[in-house]
Order: sequence, then C-alpha cells, then structure tokens
Amino acid sequence: MFEYAPAPESRDVVDIRPSYGLFVNGEWVDSPGGEREKTVNPASEEVLAEFTMATDADVDRAVTAARAAYDTVWSRMPGRERAKYLFRIARIIQERARELAVLESLDNGKPIRESRDVDLPLVAAHFFYHAGWADKLEYAGFGPAPRPLGVAAQVIPWNFPLLMLAWKIAPALACGNTVVLKPAETTPLTALAFAEICRQADLPPGVVNIVTGAGATGRALVEHPGVRKVAFTGSTEVGRQIARSVAGTRKKLTLELGGKAANIVYEDAALDQAVEGIVNGIFFNQGHVCCAGSRLLVQESIEGELLDALKRRLATLRLGDPLDKNTDIGAINSAAQLAKIRELSEAGEQEGAERWSPSCPIPDKGYWFPPTLFTGVAQSHRIAREEIFGPVLSVLTFRTPAEAVEKANNTPFGLSAGVWTEKGSRILWTADRLRAGVVWANTFNRFDPTSPFGGYRESGYGREGGRHGLEAYLDV
Amino acid sequence: MTESGRLAVRKTYKLYIGGAFPRSESGRSYVVTSSKGDFLANASRASRKDARDAVTAARKAFPGWSGATAYNRGQILYRIAEMLEGRRAQFAAELADADGVSARRAGELADAAVDRLVWYAGWSDKIGAIRGAANPVAGPYFNLSTPEPTGVVAVVAPQQAPLLGLVSVVAPVIVTGNTCVVVTSERAPLPAITLAEVLATSDLPGGVVNLLTGRVAELAPWLAGHMDVNAIDLTGCDEELAVACERDAAENLKRVLRPPAGKIDWSADPGVERLTAFLETKTVWHPTGV
Repeated sequence: MFEYAPAPESRDVVDIRPSYGLFVNGEWVDSPGGEREKTVNPASEEVLAEFTMATDADVDRAVTAARAAYDTVWSRMPGRERAKYLFRIARIIQERARELAVLESLDNGKPIRESRDVDLPLVAAHFFYHAGWADKLEYAGFGPAPRPLGVAAQVIPWNFPLLMLAWKIAPALACGNTVVLKPAETTPLTALAFAEICRQADLPPGVVNIVTGAGATGRALVEHPGVRKVAFTGSTEVGRQIARSVAGTRKKLTLELGGKAANIVYEDAALDQAVEGIVNGIFFNQGHVCCAGSRLLVQESIEGELLDALKRRLATLRLGDPLDKNTDIGAINSAAQLAKIRELSEAGEQEGAERWSPSCPIPDKGYWFPPTLFTGVAQSHRIAREEIFGPVLSVLTFRTPAEAVEKANNTPFGLSAGVWTEKGSRILWTADRLRAGVVWANTFNRFDPTSPFGGYRESGYGREGGRHGLEAYLDV
Repeated sequence: MTESGRLAVRKTYKLYIGGAFPRSESGRSYVVTSSKGDFLANASRASRKDARDAVTAARKAFPGWSGATAYNRGQILYRIAEMLEGRRAQFAAELADADGVSARRAGELADAAVDRLVWYAGWSDKIGAIRGAANPVAGPYFNLSTPEPTGVVAVVAPQQAPLLGLVSVVAPVIVTGNTCVVVTSERAPLPAITLAEVLATSDLPGGVVNLLTGRVAELAPWLAGHMDVNAIDLTGCDEELAVACERDAAENLKRVLRPPAGKIDWSADPGVERLTAFLETKTVWHPTGV
C-alpha cells in the first residue's frame, strides 16, 4: 500500500513531574502512609512518573475538604458565578489541549489522532456545555429550585481518562456539588494535570479533590459516610459490588458499566460506509470502549462481500507509536488488559471460531494486540457474550430483521447498538426494538455533551450528558 | 345469615397471574381479618414458584404492552378507572372492613383511587414530551432521546392504604409500558384481589399486572434476586427488608426505588418521580446529509 514517514507529535509540550502527591483542598499533599506506584507508557513500558496510593485516611481528608468547600463556598455561590468557573476551566483546557492530548497518549497508549481530535475537544465541550447549566437549573425540569446533593465520590476508568473526568466533574460542579475523584491506577496523569488547571482557574480549594490509587482507594471513597453521591464508570463486576455496598445508605448512585454492543448490517446498507463504521466501532481506542460495536451482526446474503471489504480495510490500519500522527491503533493500556484480551481470544479459537488478523508488525516493547476478527461465532461463545475490551470483533450472521433484533438483545448488557441500512423505516423499526441506551444508525461511536449516554440492564443506570445527566447530581 | 334468612355467597380470594386467578401452587393460605379482628377470608399465600410464574407472565406480556401505542395504554388505564368507579360500593365496604374507617371515608378513598388512575392515564402520551429531547449535537447528526419502559418491575405495595396506595404504585409503572409483579399489602390483601377483577375486565392484557398475596418478607427477596426482573419498587418494605432487597437487587443491577423516609401521604400530588423511576432513556443518532 502506502509508505509513511514517521510523523511523531513532539512530547516536549508536556512537563511530567517525577512524583505526584494527592490534590486535596487546593494543595498538593503527601500521604503519610500511602505507598507509591509507577505509571508507565504502555507503548514503551517506560516509567513516566510515580503517584500515590491514597489510604483510607487520605480519602477521609479529601472528603472532609470537599464537604467544607460544599458547606462554606460552593453550595452557596450563585449559579452564575459557578458557571464562570466552569467556562474558565473549559477555556484553559482548550488553551492547553495539545499538551493534554500528548500527555493522554503517553499515559494511556491511545493514538494522538484520537486524543487530539476526539478526547480533548469533547473534554472542553463538556465543561462549556455544563457551565451554561449552572445558572439555569430551575429550567431543567426538576422543579423550581433543585438542590445539589453534597460531596460526590467519582471513580473513573482508564480508557478515556480525561474525558471521563469531564463527564463526572462538569455536571457535578454545575449542579453545585463538590467532588473527590479517583482516576484509574494506570492513567492518573491527566487527572493530576487537571488539578493544576483548577488552580489556574482559581477554583476555590476543596471543590475538586483528586485522590489516586487502585481498588482499595476507590472502595474507601465510595463507602465513605460523608459522601452523598457515587458515580462510577468501569466494569459491571465492580459496579455490582458498588451497588451492593451502597445499599441502605441512601447515597445516590449512577453506574456506567460494560457492554457487548451489536452492530447490525442489513443487506441494503451502504457497504463502504458500513465498513468504516464497523472499524470505528470496534478499533477506535483499541476497542477499549464500553460501547464498542464488538458483535458484528451481518445479514447472511452479504456476509462474504462485507468480510472481504472489511479485511481489505483492516490491512490498511497502522499499528504503532501512539504519538505518530498516522497511527490508527495504539497500545493496549496495560499488561493485565493485554492478558485478558489474549485469554478471551484463545477461548474464541478453542470454542471453534475462526481467527483472522492482517499481517501487522508488532513493536518489540510495550503492550500490543493486532486488530482481530472472529468468524463463525456462535451466540454461546465467550467472545460473543463477554466484554473483551480490546480490538477484537466477533462476526455473527442473521437472515431476518426479527432474528437480528433477537440476537442483538441476547445479552445482559444494553449500552449501545448500531444499525446500517438505507431504509429509514427499517432503522426506526430496529432502533425501537433494541434494548440499548444509545443507538447509532449509519454511524457509530459518536459522543456529544448534549446527548444523554448510558445503558439499560447490566450496563448500569443513570445518564451522562444532556438535560438527563443533571438528574444524577440533583436532590430530585 | 342475613335478616331475610339468606346465606351470603362469599368470594374466594386467589392470586392474579397472567390474567388468570390461580390458587397458590403451594396450596397455602392465610387468615385475613378486619381491623377489629373478625375473620374476613383465607387469602392465598403465594410461594417462590408463584413469584417466578408471575415474572414469566410479566416478561411474556412486555413486548405487546410496551409496543402498544401510548394512546391505547392511556385508554386502558382510563378504562380501569371506569371499572373501579362501577365497583365503588364494593371497594368502600372492603376498605371499611380492612382499615376500620367510616363508610364515608372509605368511599372517599375509593374515589381517590379512581382519580389517581385517571391522572396517570393521561400521562401515557405526555411523558415523552417532558422526558424526551431533541439534542443539538455539534455535528451533522439528528439526535433524539426518548423515554422507554425499563421492563419487568417488581412492586412491593405499601402495607397501609390497601387500595389508594396500591393504585398509586401500579399505575405509574404500567402506564409507560412496563409490566409488573406486585406483592400486595400483607395485612389487607382483599382490595388488591378485587382490583384484579377490575383489571381483568378492563382490556388490560393478561400478565401486565400480576398480584401476589402472602408474606412480604418471604416474597420480596425472591423478586429482588430474580435475574429476569429489571427494577424493584421497595415502597412496602420495612427498613431492614428494604436494605436486604436493595443488596440482592445489585446482582443484575436492577433499578431500585427505595422506600421514602417517613410516612407517605397517598392523597398528596404524586409528581412524576414514580413514572421516571422506571424509564430508560434511549438516544438515537443518524447523520444528516444528501
């Protein structure tokens, strides 16, 4: 095909400190008892920085600071003033977008093309959108004077570190809550950079607190009695544990969990567009996407033609240096995630599905997995039932629209789905019957702060974005 | 024996599952008494198997009921109100027995239940207007959010207010297209079974509402842990039972409506919270272009 010269984005724009404390009450603090962990660049296994594993005492300190800021400053501040802080933050993010994009790609492994063109614009847009709500909440349809809840405990995943932070912090602050947020242990750096942005914006101390750590820190945070609201994005298994631990506490809970989205391609679909949509659906962000279109349901009559086109397209994907502007597929976020993807892919072969990947050079260092598709997949196979969270597509077929819907809904998840057809009435018929919170028709993996996002069934509850997303942070 | 010397014909109170009136498969019953302690009836004491049968019936009814037009669902709820109004005297008598209230007060409670149904009936084709949205996304896309029913909802009806409370928790669940399995007031289950007779003659498809009488503490946990139930309303649970059920409900991430703190005034304006608690939001994207 084509030869590409390397086109790396410069990493000089980022300034990573060797070691980070916790961000509590507007200050960087050291943990008296907390251990240090290293965060690595998954594309090279190079250590980027050390960060703190916050202890129960650290979490308590952060919640106390958030509560004090809530009582004395943030819940009393007029909405129009809160709004201006959020607008400020949005502007600072835009000003520092390139730096944050590079930092995100370094820590997460995602291609700079995505962090620069998708993550960061959405992060800024999310703050800008919610800023405008802060002084208009009485028009949001939750009564004449909806009140905030108090301290929000927020635990976010590693697949879109800064974007998930924005999805959590922007609505919480707009509604008048204060937050303690825990980023994922493999991707703490952009959240720590966001702490600096809060300082640049002169955000009152304690309104945003960032505590780093792993599962134990997250558990201490969501179980803290001073917390009035828990928001979690991550695996269904951890979501279940959180729902159990919150039972009886009257903390408000929203969960955005796993998915196993069906991407349905009818025989009359625009094939080239569908192929692009399928690729974007499962290979965007290395498939580390809860709403990834990981089950391709293709109408039997076009299976051969579609798979040929899809394989041709996959052969052109470029895997490698996330900072290279031509890279399509970056690094798998961690060794643990790579092991999970390998394990499920091996299960796919053992259970009888046929595995295919384009020839694709894999770098010597770092965590990598080639774009992979499985054909001959049965609904009972693990690769059709379990969330792989990697660049692995399971292909199933159907004959009738009713069968497509039946198979699409045959999962405990219900986060997203895709429909490809040129016939409008068939789109609406299908979308009506899909038990999923987001349905992309003739497109996939689109996000916008005005558009509510969230799942049915075991993909969790509550919505993020839009007017709907405010409900999670109001006492209504 | 009445004054005329005629012996009254009593009613057998059974369960209501899938549009039919079976006895409990367990063969169990329990004594229901009036507020003064007089014997009223032997009500069915539903078992785990009955609860599972009821969930199966509710699941089977879900596609048809959720797929019905909002106009149709609204008319059927209004029809339930009509049928209830026609049996006002019967409900008033049962409420007077159950709660020891005056005949006049019992009549007012029956009236309030009718009015509550009428109020919710009108929501069927309006909830989408206040809970949906056309979202102005930053790109060439049509983007529409609509509320959809959550699925099969387990409802633990309030122990007090055996008719008005029951109607107030069932109507908001079904008007949007959910189907439900209801555990009735344990102490005063008879108005619920009479309501089932109203439901059965109101064009409400069998299985949309299933009513179980019996021990709340026995039935609620099975429904809370049932993997084919999508949501649970714990209004009728005491604090301890509610916490246990909320924990069980986490297993398949049911939506949980916790019992409100303090005593509920069922005559107050209900608001839309009970409607929205059992709604999902579905957002559909499509590119625009020529």
